[in-house]
Amino acid sequence: MARIRSKSVFITGLWRENPVFRQILGICSALAVTNLLINTLIMGLSLIFVVTMSNMTVSILRNITPTRIRMMVQTLIIASYVIIVDITLKAYLPDISVALGPYVGLIITNCIIMGRCEAFARNNSLWPSFLDGIGSGCGYAVILLTVAFFRELMGFGSLFGVQVMSVGWTNWVIMVMAPGAFFMLGVVIWVVRSFGAREEEAEIKR
Amino acid sequence: MEQLGLSAPVIFFAAIFTNNILLTNFLGMCSFLAISREVRSSLGLGFAVIFVMTCTSGLNYLVYYYLLVPFGMEHFRFIAFIIVIAAFVQLVEMVIERSSPVLYVILGIFLPLITVNCAILGVALFMIIRKYTFLQSVAYGAGGGIGWTLAIVAMGGIREKLRGAKIPKPLEGPGIALIIAGLMALAFVAFSGMIQIQ
Repeated sequence: MARIRSKSVFITGLWRENPVFRQILGICSALAVTNLLINTLIMGLSLIFVVTMSNMTVSILRNITPTRIRMMVQTLIIASYVIIVDITLKAYLPDISVALGPYVGLIITNCIIMGRCEAFARNNSLWPSFLDGIGSGCGYAVILLTVAFFRELMGFGSLFGVQVMSVGWTNWVIMVMAPGAFFMLGVVIWVVRSFGAREEEAEIKR
Repeated sequence: MEQLGLSAPVIFFAAIFTNNILLTNFLGMCSFLAISREVRSSLGLGFAVIFVMTCTSGLNYLVYYYLLVPFGMEHFRFIAFIIVIAAFVQLVEMVIERSSPVLYVILGIFLPLITVNCAILGVALFMIIRKYTFLQSVAYGAGGGIGWTLAIVAMGGIREKLRGAKIPKPLEGPGIALIIAGLMALAFVAFSGMIQIQ
């Protein structure tokens, strides 16, 4: 039983209950940092770290945390890991730390993490919680990278700072600005959901 | 600490129009998408946000510069801000419940939601990064709250009208909401020539 579950837990977080397009959680940062791929990658990795570690910590402490103050405890756990990420970024990647600005700190209020702790880690043991954290973290990062890929390609004509579009390409400035983020995420959700709808129909028929 | 040429009123208006916290900084999107189905509830949440944001931006300023900085604990600002916000919201809820039942009916259910609204924490973090003074911080908090309310109420209005519209099924709900938000952001870009704060 345990073995079957652990794989499905990961997949569920990655696709079936993907935090961004299925549950529409945590999109503040999804929109703000996606104009450059490199920023997005760092943001995604930070989030995977924070969600995995806090899921595990909440899971370890689940039996000794009084239920009434669990939200506060979870928030403090999450905040401690975010502080670790923040200090690390400042020390090793100062440029990106400046570019991400307040959005690293905003991982704390990113509903994905709280959501996973509350919905999953609180009732499950260490190993599934670990997988659940990585799964939903990756699910989030993948969507972010998809959005960032198109935004950087159209807005700057480059990928990871390397120019890929030919000289004649006119940059779509709108993609770099705020409205572009909304349009792009809206379209991504549209596309993914129209595939998802077909999948669900197939499941019902089965 | 003073940013040259940016008085508090300028920051106040910039936070509403040119640097709208929702449409240019993407803060508070979760509740924006979840609550904005109708004007009434949008308005209730909006007022709660204005109130809490104005007060907590001042409180957080005091906590950061008079409690954390003297002891060299700037890294703990995330935890400090979260605690200030959560405690303040709890306090307000209790006070309102006792003193004003009318206000409690209007704001009551929205207050707990605000603790996890990233806009409140975002305002506090921006004010530290931009090195605002106390007055500037409060102005930014108030302006940010009003700007957020403006956006969510407009959104509520548009979504009410949209109820009868034919939308492709996969686009329903958050998809169309995001695209509308994009169009609104596009309109707000037009303001950006007036003032610039960074």
